Amino acid sequence: MSAADPLAPPRVRGWKRLPVVRQLRQSVGLQRGMLVTGLVITGLFLLTALLAPFLAPYGYAQLQGADGRNFGAQVPPSAAHPLGTTVGGFDVLSRVIWGAQTALGAIVVAVLLSIVVGVLLGLVSGYFGGWLDRILVVVADAIYAFPTLLLAIVAAIVISGGQSSLGGGILAAAISITVVFIPQYLRVVRSEVVRVKSEAFVESARVIGSSSVRIMVRHVLRNSIRTLPLIITLNASEAILTLAGLGFLGFGIQPTKAAEWGYDLNKSVSDVAAGIWWTSVFPGVAIVLVVLGVTLVGESLNDLSDPRLRSRRRARRAAPAVATEPAP
Amino acid sequence: MTESRVESDAVRIRDLDVTFATDGGDVHAVRDVSLQVRRREVLAIVGESGSGKTVTAKTILRLLPETALTSGAVVLDGTDVLRVSGQRMRELRGTDVAMVFQEPSTALNPVFPVGWQIAEGLRAHARISRAQARTRAVDILRRVGIPDPETRVNYYPHQFSGGQKQRVVIAMALVLNPSVIVADEPTTALDVTVQAEILDLLRRCRDEFGAAVVLITHNMGVVADLADRVSVMYEGRVVETAPVEELFSAPREEYTRRLLAAVPRLTLAAKPAPVGQARRTGGEAIVAAHGLVIEYPGRLAQKAFRAVDDVDFDINAGEVLGLVGESGSGKSTIGRAIAGLTRVTDGSLAVFGTELRGAGERRLRPLRRDIGFVFQDPATSFNPLFTIAQAIAEPLLVHGAASGAAAARGRVDELLEQVQLPGAFGDRFPHELSGGQRQRASLARALALDPKLLIADEPTSALDVSVQARVLELFAELQQRLGFACLFITHDLAVVDQVAHRVVVLHRGRIAEQGPTPEVLGAPRDPDTRRLLASLPVPDPREQAARRAARLAAESRRP
Repeated sequence: MSAADPLAPPRVRGWKRLPVVRQLRQSVGLQRGMLVTGLVITGLFLLTALLAPFLAPYGYAQLQGADGRNFGAQVPPSAAHPLGTTVGGFDVLSRVIWGAQTALGAIVVAVLLSIVVGVLLGLVSGYFGGWLDRILVVVADAIYAFPTLLLAIVAAIVISGGQSSLGGGILAAAISITVVFIPQYLRVVRSEVVRVKSEAFVESARVIGSSSVRIMVRHVLRNSIRTLPLIITLNASEAILTLAGLGFLGFGIQPTKAAEWGYDLNKSVSDVAAGIWWTSVFPGVAIVLVVLGVTLVGESLNDLSDPRLRSRRRARRAAPAVATEPAP
Repeated sequence: MTESRVESDAVRIRDLDVTFATDGGDVHAVRDVSLQVRRREVLAIVGESGSGKTVTAKTILRLLPETALTSGAVVLDGTDVLRVSGQRMRELRGTDVAMVFQEPSTALNPVFPVGWQIAEGLRAHARISRAQARTRAVDILRRVGIPDPETRVNYYPHQFSGGQKQRVVIAMALVLNPSVIVADEPTTALDVTVQAEILDLLRRCRDEFGAAVVLITHNMGVVADLADRVSVMYEGRVVETAPVEELFSAPREEYTRRLLAAVPRLTLAAKPAPVGQARRTGGEAIVAAHGLVIEYPGRLAQKAFRAVDDVDFDINAGEVLGLVGESGSGKSTIGRAIAGLTRVTDGSLAVFGTELRGAGERRLRPLRRDIGFVFQDPATSFNPLFTIAQAIAEPLLVHGAASGAAAARGRVDELLEQVQLPGAFGDRFPHELSGGQRQRASLARALALDPKLLIADEPTSALDVSVQARVLELFAELQQRLGFACLFITHDLAVVDQVAHRVVVLHRGRIAEQGPTPEVLGAPRDPDTRRLLASLPVPDPREQAARRAARLAAESRRP
């Protein structure tokens, strides 16, 4: 049935058409709850990361208070250190707050890098096809076959020799994550491009005489990236886990260069047996919360983008009536 | 709950109201519809797309999605299907009411043999053995006219042709002897010759199997051929219900009259001579094909598929050449080859004197300035993210006729006016236009650079008849005024009769016949053309009955 009926919805313009905002307006019930929860957690995470210098009582590598005395190692939560201190003598609260900044940096760089490269490769691969497409897809599949963390470790060692500064550390982590993510973007964009390529409007652009580059950029690309917001959110949470995993295994960032949750968890392993809970719980909770928040956003975006999974408000009934049940 | 009472009606629909919850708010699809389907009767429900005819029919099987809200009553053999339990509804489906879908290739599961699929319905309702189910499947396949059913019961859907697949779907519907069969556009996806056979079979469903048929269609020819009574629906309401002869000869409602007037008919009137020819005397043909062969490369071990085989034709300046044929006859392939979308395998195809065989994209680009293309489906031929104005401006920008979207706007408004769309439509997105408006915008885009040749590939087959009539009128008027040559590809002989100066009839990639339109359609020499014409249902029940008898007589004479 054609979409153009007189009852077509009024056109939505401006900021209301932006990806997440549109879905938020569209959602109802449980799906809305999930999306809102995810957005709140993600928003808190973003705020914490951006405002870390103001929120954190101490620096991430600070070992002494203003009075010049050391904090001391493994101090239980107190007024001076609400979440205690680590085995290395850092303030846990400060490390957790500063860690958000590192995590955000890694996510942004990793997602940006993998989107740019992945989308570009996917577009070229899907549009032109042929031997280039074959090679790219085989390489992508080969990367899939590796355990991602192992690949990230190899990349981290190659890039930075394993240990490094804040910029270098984030970049190393981000690049190693990128290597793992590019195949995902490539495959998703490629399959969309292959679908869009055969649509009549692309043929009509060819008949008009548009060049391949113009068709790819103006017609195909913008119609092929609908699913990207979803993949970005899912990859963001995966990026945090990979970064934390790298840090936990000792391939992350030096504690004096930046705060990193995975590193702190690694150092707190021996504390757990000694009954020192505060060094491990808070970085752990931070990781779980951020991953949860971002995943909730991603999952609800996924459901909302699929008309079959999206729940809607019931039709208003004019008279007492019997609702039809779905066909078995 | 049982049919112990003698019911005169197979289905009685009373005050049916259906509302759908959609993203854009509630859609009131069916309003206050009351209908009766008598036993052994074919009731046709006709109307434009969006008129609620399919929703009404699907309610009989309660096949509406979860988002639908219904009120009223649909009484099937004394049972109100809107009120029974899911369990009881499952029992009713198949035994009391069955459905025949529009697209036979998607209604069958491709991974199971057809016999298994027929047996599945049987075994859902009765405990019978595999052997018994198989016997009944073979039996029903024979009765719907599948030759050699003992072997073919084990065939998979892809081993049948489109028409045979539809026969299998009808067999599945008939196997439990339902009292009502709902057929949703059962012949729309089929060629006219196959359509005629399927309509004969549906008639037998009524005569031999004693089923009532609810026929949903937008094709008035099909209605005239098969229906006993007709209900006309418009915007969710039943406008008029009448016996078929009465409806066609004396329609009561204004809407019915308009609908009937819009149906294209074969008139066989000669067209005025092409305007361009007088102007450009002695000019060579715009398109000249000689011994044209187009093949689609086969995969691995398979042979290449020859879609067009040794075809000769010309299109002169200012002339409309109609290209007709069944699906798979190669008519679209020829259009695509002229536009440079498909490669020429052999022979010669010259467009504006340039040989296309072996031509690369570089040589094609200057030609494209002079070729406009109107696609079949206006819904997909526009980039959904562009406004209509942007889409129409694309050819101007690509060929440097305008420096930017703003500079092109003047010309775009001019073009929109030419196709009788308000200039404000330029700021809308394609999904905000109706099918007919979109196809007019598509025409505007094709005409943006004042092409010498327009290729129209089934431009009206996705449109409702009333919309089709207006688009065809507009097309004829523009062609007269602007004098472009046109290749008009269609499967509808009545449409081609209306627009084309000359006709080429294709049959399996070869030309069956070509010549001036009134000659070819009025006195066809080729048997394939004759068969095509005989199968075309005319929107007049009495004439159609006579034609049907003549066709059946001719077929029985043939071995």
